Amino acid sequence: MHGKALPYLLLMPATLFLCIFFLYPFALVAFEAVTRDGAFTFDNFRTMAGSWKFPVTVRNTLLLAAIVVPIQLTMALLMASVVSRLETGRSAALYVFAIPLGISDLAAGLIWLAIFDQSGFLNTLLSSLGVVDRPVMFLGYQSKLTIFIAVALAEIWRATAIMMVILVAGMGLIPKEYYEAAEVFGASPWQRFVRITLPLLRPSLQTAIILRVILAFEVFAVVAALGGTNLPVLMGETYNWQFTLQDRNVAAASALLILAISIGFTLFFLRVLRVPKEARI
Amino acid sequence: MMRALKILAGAALALSVAGGAQAQQVLFWSTQARPVEETQKMRDEVLKGFEGAVDYQVAEDGPWLTRLQAELQAGSGTIGLLGGLHGDFSTVGANLVDLSAVDVGGVKVNEAYKKLGMLGTGEQKYMPWMQATYLMAANKQALQYLPAGTDLNTITYDQLIEWSKTIAEKTGSPKFGFPAGPKGLKHRFFEGFLYPSYTGSMVTKFRSAEAETAWNKFKELWQYTNPNSTNYAFMQEPLLSGEVWVAFDHVARLADAFNKKPDDFVAFPAPAGPAGRGFMPVVAGVAIPKTSPDQEKAKALVAYMLKPETQIATLKATNFFPVVDVKLPDDMPASVKAFGPAIATMTSAPDALPALLPMGLGDLGGKFNQVYTDSFERIVLGGEDVHGVLEQQAAALKAIIDQAKAPCWAPDKPSEGACPVE
Repeated sequence: MHGKALPYLLLMPATLFLCIFFLYPFALVAFEAVTRDGAFTFDNFRTMAGSWKFPVTVRNTLLLAAIVVPIQLTMALLMASVVSRLETGRSAALYVFAIPLGISDLAAGLIWLAIFDQSGFLNTLLSSLGVVDRPVMFLGYQSKLTIFIAVALAEIWRATAIMMVILVAGMGLIPKEYYEAAEVFGASPWQRFVRITLPLLRPSLQTAIILRVILAFEVFAVVAALGGTNLPVLMGETYNWQFTLQDRNVAAASALLILAISIGFTLFFLRVLRVPKEARI
Repeated sequence: MMRALKILAGAALALSVAGGAQAQQVLFWSTQARPVEETQKMRDEVLKGFEGAVDYQVAEDGPWLTRLQAELQAGSGTIGLLGGLHGDFSTVGANLVDLSAVDVGGVKVNEAYKKLGMLGTGEQKYMPWMQATYLMAANKQALQYLPAGTDLNTITYDQLIEWSKTIAEKTGSPKFGFPAGPKGLKHRFFEGFLYPSYTGSMVTKFRSAEAETAWNKFKELWQYTNPNSTNYAFMQEPLLSGEVWVAFDHVARLADAFNKKPDDFVAFPAPAGPAGRGFMPVVAGVAIPKTSPDQEKAKALVAYMLKPETQIATLKATNFFPVVDVKLPDDMPASVKAFGPAIATMTSAPDALPALLPMGLGDLGGKFNQVYTDSFERIVLGGEDVHGVLEQQAAALKAIIDQAKAPCWAPDKPSEGACPVE
């Protein structure tokens, strides 16, 4: 009896913590999103969607995720393959790759701001090489594309490592025998990667992609640092509704929309990348 | 044994005294003097002289209001005294203590501002604390390009455009600067300067033909405006770096340029348009929330803030000018010496048209500002059709005013019920 109850007892504190600090506030936010002055209404969602910035915001957020995540996935796979193949210096390489993980997203945004700013490193470099005769404004309101590229670069630099770490762990779980057998039959490295690594890596891929996609929809500080209001994204608008426009109900609706998109994509990837029970390692 | 007990008792006593002092501190919760140096000066130079400790804490408008509302909802709080702009208080008027009985000694407080502090009720909801406004500043190098016959003290928008154009052509890059960054005060320029100067109104004539002219004029000026303006928050920085030669901003956000290089800059009034020289005075006040733990002490602090010495110290710390009758000493910073005459010229100009900060909007103030900011972003940055944007934004503006049931404020004529958007 005592032995059976123990795991649940041990899980109690974490569960309680989640209920108090996650589920309860979540319920409050959800309630605020569908009420106004105490009455049930969908007005908050209507107000949110009716704002002239809303379509741009959704487009920017989705586009950013659609471009950043695939690039990150490719890079993470490449980096993970290299790292897991290393005989010596494996942990050193892992640490170096993972350095950006230790930096807050706002700090990451500021680092890239220092590069792209009018008096930043890139301009200094270009003018000392004689490429430009006066500093170029990369992040002005007229150059939305450059802002977008800068944000994408900063995001890729900052958050690729989290995918890599998950994938490295996943690759470590794949039994060596498969590769040995494939080699005996003369499979090329590419064939081994496509036929063995990728299929067996599915569970880790699933985790990595879901985690990364959710983070991509929550992108905020990097955009705020690099683009200000020139590149509005969903999370930034939520902040705006809460603090600039002081409308908690619409802010709550906006937060719920982000949650809905995240849940939608999570379910999608769970389904697409699911691993049948009998195929699990 | 006895000695040990005595030491213990002494220690306990010391602890309790220290704890007591902690509890007696008045928490001064303010949206003003937010830059770190100003906050520090408020603590070290302005509030140090108050008998009884003050804990001066600043917050941005959103978090400031959120904490205040949380304390009001809970029915008990730790905030002793509030500091904020007129607009910050209009949201929470019903929860502020009447300050009309506060004994300010022989000090004469500006009557017009005191009336503003009543928020349309019979009670003194907040006490005026300090005032400021917005001005133009120019690098002296720019003066050689002034169009012939232009007097800085009577400058018009057309002359400003002409001037900025000449500077841009002669120096090869646009040098007019405008605080259009996310933290810049651009909305105040449209509400209190551009609109009144062209339409004589802030709200009523939002989508009039005169308003269209105003936006088109501003678009013209924007051609000669440093494109980096969308990143500026405080114009003193680009002025000091030389990126910008002529700029518009709040005096507190220009002061650093004048104090660091007193001989390089001149301050002058905001330009005039066909309807007059629109400008916006800014009034900050102090108030006591109903949940304040020690109201007597907070009231003493209110009286202290209005003492002439405190007002002068506040001016030195924040660049906000006194709201009481006081003779300024000679050792004032360069910015004060430059701004004083410019403010006097602007406010007493024959075509002066003061426009008050939005009133009676409650927590819709942010949305009201957004209407003007959105119009700017769409018309000037996005290049959308002026007429179409104004039609749409006017609908948003009307919805906000109607929801708040806010009557017109200056320069719009007083209205029965909500201020109309024609």
